[in-house]
Amino acid sequence: MSSTVDSRARASAPEKPRGRGHLSDRARSERKLGWLLAGPAFVIMLLVTLYPIVQALWDSLFSFRLTAPGDREFVFLGNYATVLSDIVFWRDLGVTMLITVVTVAVELVLGLALALVMHSAIKSTRGLLRTAILVPYGIITVVSAFAWFYAFDITTGYVNNWFSWLPVIGPDFNWFASAGPALTVIMASEIWKTTPFISLLLLSGLAQVPGELSEAARVDGASSWQRLTRVILPNMKAAIMVAVVFRALDAFRIFDNVFIMTQGQYGTETLSLLAYRTSIGRLEIGLGSAISVILFICVMIIALVAIKIFKVDLTGGSGKGR
Amino acid sequence: MLLTGCSGGESGPPTLTWYINPDDGGQDVLAQQCSDASGGKYKIQTSLLPRDAASQREQLARRLAAGDTSMDIMSLDPPYVPELAEPGFLAKPPHDVVQATTQDTLEGPLEGAKWNGEIVAIPFWANTQLLWYRESAAKAAGLDMAEPVTWDQLIKAAKSQDKYLGVQGVRGEAMSVWVNGLVESAGGQVVSDGQDGQDAKITLDSDAGKKAAEIIGTIGKEGLGGPGLATQDENASMIQFQGDKGSFMVNWPFIYSASKAAVEEGALDQSVVDDIRWTTWPRVDADTPSAPPLGGINLGVGAASEHQDLAWDAVQCIVSPEHQAQYFATNGNPPASAKAFDDPAVKKAYPMADTIRKSLDNAAPRPQTPYYNEISTAIQQHWTPPGDVTEDTPRETTEFIQEVLKGDALL
Repeated sequence: MSSTVDSRARASAPEKPRGRGHLSDRARSERKLGWLLAGPAFVIMLLVTLYPIVQALWDSLFSFRLTAPGDREFVFLGNYATVLSDIVFWRDLGVTMLITVVTVAVELVLGLALALVMHSAIKSTRGLLRTAILVPYGIITVVSAFAWFYAFDITTGYVNNWFSWLPVIGPDFNWFASAGPALTVIMASEIWKTTPFISLLLLSGLAQVPGELSEAARVDGASSWQRLTRVILPNMKAAIMVAVVFRALDAFRIFDNVFIMTQGQYGTETLSLLAYRTSIGRLEIGLGSAISVILFICVMIIALVAIKIFKVDLTGGSGKGR
Repeated sequence: MLLTGCSGGESGPPTLTWYINPDDGGQDVLAQQCSDASGGKYKIQTSLLPRDAASQREQLARRLAAGDTSMDIMSLDPPYVPELAEPGFLAKPPHDVVQATTQDTLEGPLEGAKWNGEIVAIPFWANTQLLWYRESAAKAAGLDMAEPVTWDQLIKAAKSQDKYLGVQGVRGEAMSVWVNGLVESAGGQVVSDGQDGQDAKITLDSDAGKKAAEIIGTIGKEGLGGPGLATQDENASMIQFQGDKGSFMVNWPFIYSASKAAVEEGALDQSVVDDIRWTTWPRVDADTPSAPPLGGINLGVGAASEHQDLAWDAVQCIVSPEHQAQYFATNGNPPASAKAFDDPAVKKAYPMADTIRKSLDNAAPRPQTPYYNEISTAIQQHWTPPGDVTEDTPRETTEFIQEVLKGDALL
């Protein structure tokens, strides 16, 4: 324990603002080593992310259809004007935001419950419990999407029999024929699949809450609910925010589930699917790139809002959010 | 790609890659047979494309646009031929190959292989929809199926018998096929001047378009297509047709071999197959013959292929009437050649071969334009779910397609 305190003290010592020239030889060689170690990964990251991003930005300024290469024409921001003035874009943005908000909110509640169960489980059952909870997350999204699709599909599905006691659901209920029921299935599948991920993140946050705080609150007569809301949750705020940001960014880019189950039909299309359909399906590279750039900007905004406004520290579980 | 390009190097004959659509293995057999028949001039290797036509188009277009030299032979869905021919992605068939392969090609499939009046791909097989019916249901409804029937008669019959009409209401290519078949059967056209590309005239907002909307809307609103109509494709409507409430169905000939296979697997009772009959597509107007949907596959050669001469040789071998007949008898895909229909093996395997041939003579292709994908997707978006189709749908679709083609709207 004392060695940990010592190392922290040593690590915090050089934090005083010092000019570049004042770096010690050791600090300089450590920095050099750092670049040598991280450099190759950094260069590869630049190649595989920056290049396509810049290419998409460039392509988005052209009217360019893959099967009409001779008609390529510079339109500057014309594609953006077309996209942003079209109801289809705003409808798809609405669907994407709905899926993001609902799935993240439900996953957070369920994930916390699962994290609490895993945290308080007796040691002998902990491994089994964690494995059982993690199984859905281990399944490939396309496979899980097909499983949910076949379960709810009117021809092959069996779910209608389960819910036949509900007034609206009978053997003839077609889940994928309208937006409401179809989005419900898509979101349920998404929640089932990714709640384990959020519960794992929350479990790590839960493990960081000092047990003595909860104990002290119990001694002071706090109820379980009060201990959860007044002691545990405030102390794991950073972990919660990290989980929310990661999942929100992920949910905003949802593609597989929608693609497999509805192909975006009947008002279930999301922004990723619109970008895919325009670039890959219609082969309209310019227009599709503009949608992809807008999607990228939306994701950046979510990340920036989380980091700047909610002060989420993505580099550690115990950051400023605490 | 590198492997394909090098595989025909010094050590053996050149390898031709044939991009095929999924089937029951018939194209693999033909590839082998034609490789053997070439006497060592070439070897054909097949490469499987995705299952649905739209995904096949995506993959082919991307490879062709990138100048992929492995695109030696391609199985092409006719509606997408113009889009690939217009930018020069397809090699022009030599005159002698066209002469040798299209002498006895049926009119419908031949039209589907042309762009700007010239043959740009060679018809390999042709498909068309028939009206399939359960003899018991037709008898109970009092319909004389020896005479042509109309959609209105079928709607009345299904309603009176409390049965389902087998149609495809899914938001997919099947819906465009249905709409186009109805419009053409009513004497109209979805598009005229398709060669004008983005400036093509959309002629869906017509009396024919309104009649098509009336038929589809009625079937949708009155629940005659069954509860799963909005997501029902060809396979789903076949399953419904095989059920207790099956009566009449428009569908491709694959349903016959699929139903027989289901009996062999024990999934379907023999009495159902015994009850299945067929005739030509229903009429929209009682006095005008119907224009059934046309499908099939044409063979094209990539403009960037390094073995174009050999590829055309191979195409000539693949599409011979004998091979078309063999492919029909073994894989259920009807020939584009008239001669192939006379083959005894065809008549034995498919008792409805004559009806298919008759249907192919009258079949109408889908709009031939490089922007078919846009037009088809717009139709799918506006004509599904079928219950929401009204007399305004043709006008709304027309306006929407025009905006999309001009680049003013997303699809």
